[in-house]
Amino acid sequence: MTEPLSRTPSSKHGGTLLKMTGMTKSFPGVRALDDVSLEIRAGEVHALMGENGAGKSTLMKCLFGVYKPDGGQILLDGREVSFRSPKEALLGGVAMVHQELEQAGKMTVADNIWLGRFPRVKGFLPIVSDGEARRRSAELFASLGINISPTARVESLGVGERQLLEIAKAVSYGAKIIVFDEPTSSLTEKEAAILFSIIERLKADGCGIIYISHKMSEILKISDRVTVMRDGRHIATEERARLTTEKIIKLMVGRELTERYPRLDEPTGEVLLSVENLSAVGTRLKNATLSVRAGEILGIGGLDGSGRTELFECIFGLSKRASGHILLNGREMENRNPREAIKNGFALLTEERRVDGIFGILDLTDNTTVSSLRDYLRGPLLSSAKMREKTRSYIDALKIKTPSEGTKIRSLSGGNQQKVILSRWLLTKPRVLLLDEPTRGIDVGAKYDIYLLMKELAAAGCAILMISSEMSELIGASHRVAVMSAGRIAGEIKSSEATQEGIMTLAAKYL
Amino acid sequence: MGEGTTKNDGFFTKIIDKWRGRVENFKGMSGKDRWKTAKGLLLDNAMIIIIFLAIIVIAILRPRFISAASIINIISLTAARLPIALGIGGAIVLTGTDISAGRAVGLTACIAALLLQSQGYMGKMFPSLAPLPPFLALLIVMAVGALIGLVNGFFVARFKLHPFIVTLSTQLILFGTVLLYLQIGNNGGQTLSGLDSRYIDFVTAPLFRISGIAVPRYVLFSVIITAIIWVIWNKTVFGKNMFAVGSNEAAANVSGVNVFLTIIGVFVLAGITYGITGFIEGARIASSASYTGQNYESDAIAACVIGGVSFVGGTGKVGGVVIGVLLLQIIFVGLNFLSVDQNMLYIIKGLIILLACAVDMRKYLKKR
Repeated sequence: MTEPLSRTPSSKHGGTLLKMTGMTKSFPGVRALDDVSLEIRAGEVHALMGENGAGKSTLMKCLFGVYKPDGGQILLDGREVSFRSPKEALLGGVAMVHQELEQAGKMTVADNIWLGRFPRVKGFLPIVSDGEARRRSAELFASLGINISPTARVESLGVGERQLLEIAKAVSYGAKIIVFDEPTSSLTEKEAAILFSIIERLKADGCGIIYISHKMSEILKISDRVTVMRDGRHIATEERARLTTEKIIKLMVGRELTERYPRLDEPTGEVLLSVENLSAVGTRLKNATLSVRAGEILGIGGLDGSGRTELFECIFGLSKRASGHILLNGREMENRNPREAIKNGFALLTEERRVDGIFGILDLTDNTTVSSLRDYLRGPLLSSAKMREKTRSYIDALKIKTPSEGTKIRSLSGGNQQKVILSRWLLTKPRVLLLDEPTRGIDVGAKYDIYLLMKELAAAGCAILMISSEMSELIGASHRVAVMSAGRIAGEIKSSEATQEGIMTLAAKYL
Repeated sequence: MGEGTTKNDGFFTKIIDKWRGRVENFKGMSGKDRWKTAKGLLLDNAMIIIIFLAIIVIAILRPRFISAASIINIISLTAARLPIALGIGGAIVLTGTDISAGRAVGLTACIAALLLQSQGYMGKMFPSLAPLPPFLALLIVMAVGALIGLVNGFFVARFKLHPFIVTLSTQLILFGTVLLYLQIGNNGGQTLSGLDSRYIDFVTAPLFRISGIAVPRYVLFSVIITAIIWVIWNKTVFGKNMFAVGSNEAAANVSGVNVFLTIIGVFVLAGITYGITGFIEGARIASSASYTGQNYESDAIAACVIGGVSFVGGTGKVGGVVIGVLLLQIIFVGLNFLSVDQNMLYIIKGLIILLACAVDMRKYLKKR
């Protein structure tokens, strides 16, 4: 297992390498996987497609032992396996090339490849051999056509190089099944070409590749078969030759777009928010300019890392502004920190609920009232009764499913947590709502509730900006879409005229 | 009064309902699950169970342990140690700690003693300095404590340093300061004694007597401080912000909480409680020296953890801290009754902290 490049898949080309059947997994309030099956053959690239929240990553996490499936069977080379951790999966021949890179930045490239299984001096002394590690790394890179120095520090590499390093590492484990999760999202065209040639080589060696991507052209170019998932269910598995972009989208979305979103009224208000030439210190955000009218919902599209979140953080005062203006009703807003932004009528629903959204250990009342505490003062002291009453009224209004207002928020499902955070912001009486992926990881019913709420808020005169990576949501739940590319606004499209291709073209404009 | 009773009735029925539900649940389980649940319950409450067993054993071996004198002694000791524990509790709610607390108590005790040495005492540090009114001296040591807390809080909040490293540094600085301080004037490194009787009375005069045994006044101080801290933690914007920052600092910042001021506020409040503890200890022990307050922080941290103030952050109750301090003092007094070696006490304290933290962590780990 420690020898590099010792790939000996026992199955012949075309034989079944990995078979997952009846995979089922539930979380509180959500059925994330419902009887999903997936079969990977030796020597094939199998694309796994579906919208965010369709269950792709949950399925993969079950394979890698991050989640324990409620039901189902995983056969690898005909033997039943049940990995308890990604490490165990790796040793068992199943590797994942992650979207978010988990590398030890301060260490060298060679260190990162051989971490946990460093070559020893003479094989038995407990002393590691740097020279041997470097030699093997160089060999590995040469065989894959990658041009990276084994002695370079990982933090000095570009994102694309780091991605290739990660791929080389997976190969070095002699993995039979390699999962690529959005591998080209941070690669240049040249790096992507290297990736595809590596994939060809792995195919020839009889590996099975699971390829997760949203890029249609890529899927149609390199995959042999495509499996589409939706709402935690397996929808179809088809030969690539029998598919087109339209067909895949239809399978992914499953119904007409319009039914999933409330019909929006045309905004009639004046321009409420205008952002001019906004740049932020230490981020890629560069000269962003846009304006939103009262009553309007502006979708913000673009790839991960295109500067969308950075735009929101700069508007909200979480990052330092390098240049530009923020005007609310024509009045200049400083927004030097979140407190000032909130006072000025801004609200930010963050992308990572658990990281900077919820107070997991606190109850619903504390989570709801934290941004508007001064409203519940009676003299110098807070009135708990008032706070609970307010929280209860929002639990009712937003149909939050919870035993009581004293329940700890972490025991609620994602959709209900999101509604609690929305209540928190509504209580600050915002005029501009910045919603960063407001429906990510939320079940379909709660999604619709949130779209309805957005519609009502817009109707009440708010300006809403919504970042979304889900194409259909971006188009269906907004009046207009602004697309970002490499930190800049690449263009705007009216939602009624927007297409996935049009948005993707803009997203790639400055890449 | 009538309203109070109904409120209490609701409270008790709630608890009874909760337990009834648990018992029903338990009945419905299979043998294996029952054992697992019972084991979990035992482990989660291990500290309390062990301490109660210890109390029973000690009471049987030494019946005098539960005499009025002994109980009032335990209550007095608890009162003396409560303020510092409540101060450190706030730092722990922020996922931090404060190991400078004991030395801060030492310094403020020495300052209080200096300000309140009686006129004409032979070894008086500054013979010309007339003793101040005790209340004024109390305000001064509270201000000194607040200043220490301000320094701690500033470095934690401004430079994002871990409170452990900040308070480790201030601990050393404070100790050095006390040692140098005791050298000045006529003192020459001696312990500070010969205190003004007004000071001793102010702190230790009998509040009332129970079967002839006096309850000292500082018990009342402690009750007042506990009540004030309870209000601050539960009924003020600052208190709510403290729990928000402790639970999730990033989310607190996004939600408009002034994280910087909240952290500083928590450490300043803690510093004030050290000043109060120093003031009480100065009079209670009546001879302050460089070793005054030594290791008080470890007792206080242990009390907090036993009382459910978790290093996970964002969780803790004033009532829990009171129970924690009380249980710890019961154990110490009990061990004294059993004539356990003083040196042995350190080992026992260490084990208690370790066990309490492990039991506490178990509650949060299993919820993943």
